[in-house]
Amino acid sequence: MANLMVRATGVHKSYGPLEVLRGIDLEVAAGEVLCMIGPSGSGKSTFLRCINHLEKVDAGRLEVDGELVGYRQQGDRLYELRDHEICAKRAEIGMVFQRFNLFPHLTAQENVTLGPVAVKREARAVALERAKRLLDRVGLGAKMGAYPSQLSGGQQQRVAIARALAMQPKLMLFDEPTSALDPELVGEVLDVMRGLAEDGMTMIVVTHEMGFAREVSDAVVFMDSGVVVEAGPPAEVLGAPSHDRTRAFLSKVL
Amino acid sequence: MASPPTERMSEGERTDAIVAVPVRHPGRWVSAAVVLVLTAMFVHSASVSTTVRGGHRQHRYQWDIISRWFFSHQIVRGLLVTIELTVIAMAIGILLGVALAVMRMSPNPLVSSASWLYIWFFRGTPVLVQLLFWYNIAFLYPRVTLGVPFGPAFVHLNANTFITAFVAAVVGLGLNEGAYMAEIVRAGILSVDEGQTEAAQAIGLTRLQTLGRVVLPQAMRVIIPPTGNETISMLKTSSLASAITVTELLFSAQQIYSRTYQTVPLLMVASLWYLIVTSVLTVGQYYLERHFARGASRALPPTPLQRLRGRLDRVHAARALPPVPAGERR
Repeated sequence: MANLMVRATGVHKSYGPLEVLRGIDLEVAAGEVLCMIGPSGSGKSTFLRCINHLEKVDAGRLEVDGELVGYRQQGDRLYELRDHEICAKRAEIGMVFQRFNLFPHLTAQENVTLGPVAVKREARAVALERAKRLLDRVGLGAKMGAYPSQLSGGQQQRVAIARALAMQPKLMLFDEPTSALDPELVGEVLDVMRGLAEDGMTMIVVTHEMGFAREVSDAVVFMDSGVVVEAGPPAEVLGAPSHDRTRAFLSKVL
Repeated sequence: MASPPTERMSEGERTDAIVAVPVRHPGRWVSAAVVLVLTAMFVHSASVSTTVRGGHRQHRYQWDIISRWFFSHQIVRGLLVTIELTVIAMAIGILLGVALAVMRMSPNPLVSSASWLYIWFFRGTPVLVQLLFWYNIAFLYPRVTLGVPFGPAFVHLNANTFITAFVAAVVGLGLNEGAYMAEIVRAGILSVDEGQTEAAQAIGLTRLQTLGRVVLPQAMRVIIPPTGNETISMLKTSSLASAITVTELLFSAQQIYSRTYQTVPLLMVASLWYLIVTSVLTVGQYYLERHFARGASRALPPTPLQRLRGRLDRVHAARALPPVPAGERR
């Protein structure tokens, strides 16, 4: 088996008295596409944000590419990572948000080059060259100079994917990337993601697009109220679920 | 994509444009007449009307005296000091405001309460009192010393010579402005969606880079209008420096009329200059706002020149409309 990109063992997370994650165990191998499904409030997005250390894990272990998220281990002791160390780790993980979160004061091309230039200290020309290639790849080569407000939702999300790819990440996180889109625009974003998966990118996708999950993913995880209820190949989880809760959820969304 | 309506129109039969008698607004005509009469009265009193002062018949506004002093050496020098005061005090205020706003949002409770305390103090006391206070700072701290706190000192400065009236005015106005700017900057930062910070962090930007490259540029749209307001307000507030003998615009005018007793004309000279500089600042603010509106709206708002051209075009287009046929007139 290929080396593990993400490994979670007993991950807990609470907001005050509210326990959002109640012991998550899962593994994602390098090059694998994992889709996370489940009702809203089940903790899928929170788990995704923990991987990027946008949220702190309260208990359990969460590792990305063999390294702990947010901490350094020396002997039996854990040390919190410094700000710049966390930033360096985040730079290796791409994230795409439900609400796109493009920088509205920057053009599409500037959105894509900001990370490489500011974080990786790349030469502007090199970053620009890659931005051109990436925007071409997501089908927006002609929109380099457009501001986000001049783009449709689907186009904005594709720029957001290009922005994440510009950092040459080893792992891509998608947080309901098509949930804020008009139905007719969903396809163009899923096509880009499908292409990424074919190129061997390791991806964790929180989604409600069951068709995408079935076709593209290597594994599907069904989450409910902070725990993994069922995990396995898509044909199993989506086609022949063994748990009642999975069945009840799927009967509503399919 | 929806097809443009004109295409659909041409398919069916042509519909006639609506011809209707517009609603009359007699109230508008009356109020316009009132405004016109009042304006005429003012123009008359300011231009040709005369009055008797000390046995002499003179122009009511004494424009000759105003124009004699308008570009005089003393007034122009005072104006330059006013502008200098405004620029330096605003620069201090803005830098301090950003620092205080960031401090205010710090997770460290000591830092955030220090910022709160500063704002509480400087907003809670009158500027004039603060200016007088800085002018007399030598009473509290006769010697300014640079060195290790509670340890050896390296440099001694005599506060009386070091803090001149001008320095006291700049420090007083700037520190006071910082308190107001802090709240304006904080409001701007809060107006930026949290998703922006997350997206910036997700690509690995540090907290400082996120603030400088993502949050502040967007906050500018909210920060600039009140800051323009503050600048204009500062231009006029700087006249308080006359109370601590800074020879800015108002104090220069006062010095002249205390000699010549031409009080009102010289106050008018000062007022006209304040108006002129304020107008220039207003224009500058407009273009600054336009610059930071990039990406916020689909199209930038037109400049006044573009708007004028658009209005002229519309007038031309209206003229070109065909006249209403005589049969349909009532």
